[in-house]
Amino acid sequence: MKESTKKAGLGKVFMNGVITENPTFRLVLGTCPTLATTVSLINGFSMGVATMFVLVGSNVVISMLKNFIPDKVRIPAYVVVIASFVTIVQMVMQAYFLDLYNALGVFIPLIVVNCIILARAESFAGKTENSVGASAVDGLGMGVGFTLALSLMGAFREIIGSGTLLGNPILGEGFAANAFKIFASPAGGFFTFGLFLALFNFVFSKIDAKKKKA
Amino acid sequence: MSIESATGITRIVLILLYAILVNNVLLVQFQGICPFLGVSRRVETAAGMGIAVTFVMAISALVTWVVQKLILDPLGLGYLQTIAFILVIAALVQFVEMFLKKSSPTLYSSLGVYLPLITTNCAVLGVTLINISAGYDLGVAVINAVGTALGFTLAIVLLAGIRERMELGNTPKNLRGFSISLITAGLMAVAFMGFTGLIKG
Repeated sequence: MKESTKKAGLGKVFMNGVITENPTFRLVLGTCPTLATTVSLINGFSMGVATMFVLVGSNVVISMLKNFIPDKVRIPAYVVVIASFVTIVQMVMQAYFLDLYNALGVFIPLIVVNCIILARAESFAGKTENSVGASAVDGLGMGVGFTLALSLMGAFREIIGSGTLLGNPILGEGFAANAFKIFASPAGGFFTFGLFLALFNFVFSKIDAKKKKA
Repeated sequence: MSIESATGITRIVLILLYAILVNNVLLVQFQGICPFLGVSRRVETAAGMGIAVTFVMAISALVTWVVQKLILDPLGLGYLQTIAFILVIAALVQFVEMFLKKSSPTLYSSLGVYLPLITTNCAVLGVTLINISAGYDLGVAVINAVGTALGFTLAIVLLAGIRERMELGNTPKNLRGFSISLITAGLMAVAFMGFTGLIKG
């Protein structure tokens, strides 16, 4: 009995992060990088991957240490763990992906204060009933959900705002020259996120209505 | 007008205006969006959050600058910047909370819930990191932090004002909540684009 729930549990934990509790569109956490780095597909995607790495790493370490961290100082302890992983990401990106590091700028160190990571540490990895493995899967699921959301918004803004995808003019040179530049600007970030949220609210309300009928 | 060529009081005013209007922390730089959406339901709470952020941002700009120049740089520990700064900010927020509790209970109770939230406000960490990477000296760093915080306060109070009005209207069901707030913020960002080029950074 316990084995089977465990197996089904891990899949469910993963899908929970990707769809049911998608950090961006369902929980609306970590909004700063969502708005700032989705100017293009590649920026959004790499921000998602960087965050995913920190999420998985900190979830695993915090889950391993949860019995040793005194309850009263758990938040500062979590923050130190998270900040260490962010420093690793900073160093690796500086060494191997300098262009991306410069493009994402201050938002790489700001992963430390991304609420998704602290929220998962507090509400999942720090809980005694969740094993190290489950915490890793939770971090992976949330990370994939975040990466998908950022890539989706990045692709949308890049196509509409600059007429390109991954730098290739997919809508033709004419469109690229006269693209809806507003979507590449900060204002477009707010519009895109707002519209995507409305779209997801619509889709999920339809799904919920169907479930109620059944 | 350009900040580079200005001196004295003019320079201070230009740095402040640049941070408040041209390079607004919320509407142009996208830092601190969580409280921007989370505590912009009512004008009073938004203003309270703004004051608390101003307080913390000014002090943390001062302390992190000193930490960077007097501890991290001489010891060659530059790579510890992120960890050191977030700990300084977390400790400062805690300290400010204790200080206010003792010295000004009225201000404390009105800011109450918002104070601990500021630790995870990325605008605070953001402005301290930018101060260092831009190579500002101590005075400019603090002025820049105050300007950034005032820009934060301005934007969040404006959004709260609009949201209070909007509650009376009939927003489509799927757009309610965060969605319409984001679209409103987008329109505000379009308005703020009008300030681009007013002052050169």
